[in-house]
Amino acid sequence: MNKAPVNRKHVVGRLLSYVGRGYLALFVVVILCILVSAVASVSGSLFLGTLIDNYIVPLAAMANPDFSGLLRVILMMACLYLVGALCAFAYNRIMVTISQGVQKRIRDDLFGHMQTLPIKYFDTHAHGDVMSVYSNDVDTLRQMLSQSIPQVINSAMMILVTFVSMLATNLLLTGVVILCIIVMLLVTKFLAGRSGRYFVQQQVKLGDLNGYIEEMINGQKVVKVFCHEEEAQEGFDKVNDALCESADKANKYANILMPILINIGNVQYVIVAMAGGALALGGIDAGITLGTIATFLQLSKSFSNPISQISQQFNSVVMALAGAQRIFNLMDEPSEEDHGTVTLVNVSYDKDGQTLVETREHTNLWAWKVPQADGSFQYVKLAGDVRFDHVDFAYEEGKTILHDISLFAKPGQKLAFVGATGAGKTTITNLINRFYDIADGKIHYDGISINDIKKPDLRRSLGIVLQDTNLFTGTVRENIRYGNLDATDEEVEAAAVLANADDFIRRLPQGYDTMLTGNGANLSQGQRQLIAIARAAVADPPVMILDEATSSIDTRTEAIVQRGMDALMSGRTVFVIAHRLSTVRNSDAIMVLDHGRIVERGDHEDLIQQHGIYYQLYTGAFELE
Amino acid sequence: MKKKRSIAGCIKEFWPATILTPVFVIGEVVFDVLIPTMTGKLLDEGVEAGSMHHIALYGLTVVAMALVALLLGALSGRFTAKASTGLSRNLRREMYANVQKFSFSNIDKYSTGGIITRLTTDVTNVQMAFMMIIRIAVRCPIMLICAWVMTFTINPQLALVFLVVIPVLALGLLFIMTRAHPIFERVFKKYDWMNNVVQENLLGIRVVKSFVREEHEKEKFGKVSKEIYLDFSKAEKILAFNSPLMQLCVAACILTVSWLGAHLIVDGSMTTGQLTSMFSYIMMILMNLMMLSMVVVMIVIARASAERITELLNEESDLQNGPNPIEKVKDGSVVFENVSFSYAKDPSKECLKDVNLTIKSGETVGILGGTGTSKTTLVQLIPRLYDATEGRVLVGGVDVRDYDMEALREQVAMVLQKNVLFSGTIKDNLRWGNKEATDEEMVRVCRLAQADPFIQEFPDKYDTYIEQGGSNVSGGQKQRLCIARALLKKPKILILDDSTSAVDTKTDALIRKAFREEIPETTKFIIAQRISSIEDADKILVMDGGRIAAMGTHAELLQTCDIYREIYESQTKGGSDDE
Repeated sequence: MNKAPVNRKHVVGRLLSYVGRGYLALFVVVILCILVSAVASVSGSLFLGTLIDNYIVPLAAMANPDFSGLLRVILMMACLYLVGALCAFAYNRIMVTISQGVQKRIRDDLFGHMQTLPIKYFDTHAHGDVMSVYSNDVDTLRQMLSQSIPQVINSAMMILVTFVSMLATNLLLTGVVILCIIVMLLVTKFLAGRSGRYFVQQQVKLGDLNGYIEEMINGQKVVKVFCHEEEAQEGFDKVNDALCESADKANKYANILMPILINIGNVQYVIVAMAGGALALGGIDAGITLGTIATFLQLSKSFSNPISQISQQFNSVVMALAGAQRIFNLMDEPSEEDHGTVTLVNVSYDKDGQTLVETREHTNLWAWKVPQADGSFQYVKLAGDVRFDHVDFAYEEGKTILHDISLFAKPGQKLAFVGATGAGKTTITNLINRFYDIADGKIHYDGISINDIKKPDLRRSLGIVLQDTNLFTGTVRENIRYGNLDATDEEVEAAAVLANADDFIRRLPQGYDTMLTGNGANLSQGQRQLIAIARAAVADPPVMILDEATSSIDTRTEAIVQRGMDALMSGRTVFVIAHRLSTVRNSDAIMVLDHGRIVERGDHEDLIQQHGIYYQLYTGAFELE
Repeated sequence: MKKKRSIAGCIKEFWPATILTPVFVIGEVVFDVLIPTMTGKLLDEGVEAGSMHHIALYGLTVVAMALVALLLGALSGRFTAKASTGLSRNLRREMYANVQKFSFSNIDKYSTGGIITRLTTDVTNVQMAFMMIIRIAVRCPIMLICAWVMTFTINPQLALVFLVVIPVLALGLLFIMTRAHPIFERVFKKYDWMNNVVQENLLGIRVVKSFVREEHEKEKFGKVSKEIYLDFSKAEKILAFNSPLMQLCVAACILTVSWLGAHLIVDGSMTTGQLTSMFSYIMMILMNLMMLSMVVVMIVIARASAERITELLNEESDLQNGPNPIEKVKDGSVVFENVSFSYAKDPSKECLKDVNLTIKSGETVGILGGTGTSKTTLVQLIPRLYDATEGRVLVGGVDVRDYDMEALREQVAMVLQKNVLFSGTIKDNLRWGNKEATDEEMVRVCRLAQADPFIQEFPDKYDTYIEQGGSNVSGGQKQRLCIARALLKKPKILILDDSTSAVDTKTDALIRKAFREEIPETTKFIIAQRISSIEDADKILVMDGGRIAAMGTHAELLQTCDIYREIYESQTKGGSDDE
């Protein structure tokens, strides 16, 4: 995630646009409330003067003082304070809604965008690092939005009021103050740059740490069986120390801002006094009297209070910008490209029994809806005919994985790929469902180039059981239903029966309603594969790809599963990838892959007769007999 | 009983910084009080009196003081950063060290997401609060007390007004804290949940995309995202009472002081000047109360986090070394005595039932059985990844619970079904087996595991970099590397849990041949699906429904065990004749 940093101004703008979207009205209310509460606190500080000059002094002069006037003004002030406090309460609460709402929207947008990213992104980024964006980086926004923004607006207003009064009092002395402000800004800019850089680093390291923990806890069993706890700890310490170092630097620079600004304020006070004194006493500027200097000095005092308040918010702001940078980096990751225009729709036969007509109802008949040049649509029945035409592919340039692969699978056929690991079998499936893209026109599905088919529609038409089984937190039933969200309980159970998973599921403590957590931690590898097969079966797709789907299942169970799948997929296309030759034996065609090339093809008997690699692999199984 | 570990106990080497910070803060406060008196004099004796000499004198004093104050402030800022980031470093470190001791049921209890949230988000909260406590929470009360004492010197009666406000404030804060705290406790649990949802999505992204379930996933995430939104809003809205409450208290003070002060002045027992100073101290109190209210907010949030951290720090692993752990494993013999096991520790959900088994040192044991017949569960009891619920497991004649866990696991090498390689070179990964392994040793075990040939084909050979999770080597290569890694340990017991499933049969046979010839004295447990992988074993166990259904050699089992024969036939059928 060490991308070119998003421009800082850009980050602020984007953050504000989140506030603007949907919360503009509320934000205006917040600003009004802040204004009112600022007015209340300013009049509070002015109250003293009024109190003494207009009430106490006259009262003291009276023989029989009447305090009712004083009582009135105090009650009035009480009302003002009450209104101020109410406004403060209101804007604090509204800010919570805005701040939490913005964070929620950012999280949702992040997640939504992440779903559109290409597989390559997930293969090349540490999971824990990505997770860190959702928790740690979004979290940096919390304090800034709910506390810093109102505080800064409030203080800025105080500064503005004071500054205007200064201008009104004396121009020349205001010049001195402006000079000091410039110095303050320069210092702030310098420290913000320093501290900002380390806060960015801190968030990156936090992501690294997150990544490390995630990787290690996932591999905790390996750590245990190798007694590798100490080394794991050492590795952790390294990342942890790096995080601590950048956090320390970031906070160090942020923390020294406040004393610097306060003391520049003090020095400014002295400079104003000296300059004023010199001007007045030297008679250089006739406009300056001792009285104006005194007033001006008071103003310059009330000037530094809000400045130190703002500087209190400094680190949360800089940190939030660092977090936002990582958030927007993730949001700016390019989505999976999809220029497909062909969609998959439900159809039924017209009255003539020939023409396909699109329908909204759920029929068991599907068709590709192909847009034509004249704006009309042509419907092609979904059959499951897949063809590869001289396909070459490389994940990285120069490292070609697949060479000149040509093949065709007709509906109803079962095609198998065998070959040593690393021969490119999984890559082929990655191309069919367009996890990775190749040049247009090389792979056709029902006669349509797959690059023309919208990815979601293409993938919906393929049922895939992958090598690594991933289950989600939820009940067994929910996990199977993942394949088809509309499936009834009966359909879910029928799919489980088909996958030979029904037996063991029923023996689980709560049967189909047993909760699975941690990727099905308490199920065996084989049981998880059976659930994954059921999940694909319930989707009932025209094309099925089984990528080492039964590798951890014993051969007896596998045979049962296979019979079930064969029944389900009769008349449809199946791709099988396996190591175990018993898995592929009854396929219509078997391709033997070696280093990305198809070196042999034919059915089981053909290949045995060829006495080639397949024959060797096959007889190898009985070598020890 | 172990001493309960606390957050403060993790400050350790950062105690000096932790103590120095408030010391410098106090220095800062002194100057914060002194500088205004100096500027006051500058105003009175310099400007008002029109004396350039005094202006220069006090001016230079203020500048000098400002420089010292700056230095003190910078130092306190510096040490705050050091102490707080250091504390969080130690917290993370200690937590991680404790997690390393966890058994798998401990990890399941917290979930990966829960552990990650505690090590990052929760620690960050505590760090922020700690930073505020040692700096602002020291500074503000001192300023408050100074200001109050000053008001007392002006007029003790008026100063008493503040005492009335204190209980009101305290009650208010107590109300806020007790109301908000349980919600924050909930919020962070939802963070764990969110972390888990994101992690599962990342791990299963291929499934998500293949089934076009992006919308479904978004809904799932949207749910937890909304929960966080609702809870956090609720909690922070309670916190929003905080600053208006403080403002109101101060306003009440100002007005009461005005009223009473007016009377006192009229009575002649106080001057207007004294009232003016009284007010400026009230403002000072207000400022510091505002800052304190921010600290209170942070502390309320951090309290929930701190509790979560202490919980993790004090979590005791289910698996502990006995009182006098045995350090030496005599030999590789394994005995199971009436062993039953249940992951849930619930006798009705047993997945191993009454297993009895005696394996002599050096024997090769094949384990075969249907999916879900507890093959993996059985062997996981040997290196004590889990403890038997009933009965005993003995290695080298000693109950595994009596060994030092590390000593036991040093002698029991296990190649897991779910292989994991870590990011690093091949050598780095192999060294997991033995840190001091020489290059020759590594090549030797790789030859045994039949990994050497493909490693030699890589351009960087043994220095080839393995990506996280081993995504750049194939499944079969990964398995062979994992076997080599286990062999480097020179264990007395070697367990292969379906670890050659992705290796072709010929290579598989070569690996077993190497085992037989090169490490004959090592006890070998081989779980396999292929009969060919285990048929030459000394003993073959056939597992069924958590029990040992049959035990014997290949020839014996073919005669006596129906399940075995069936499996055998399902794998050999079609060799010469077609089904």
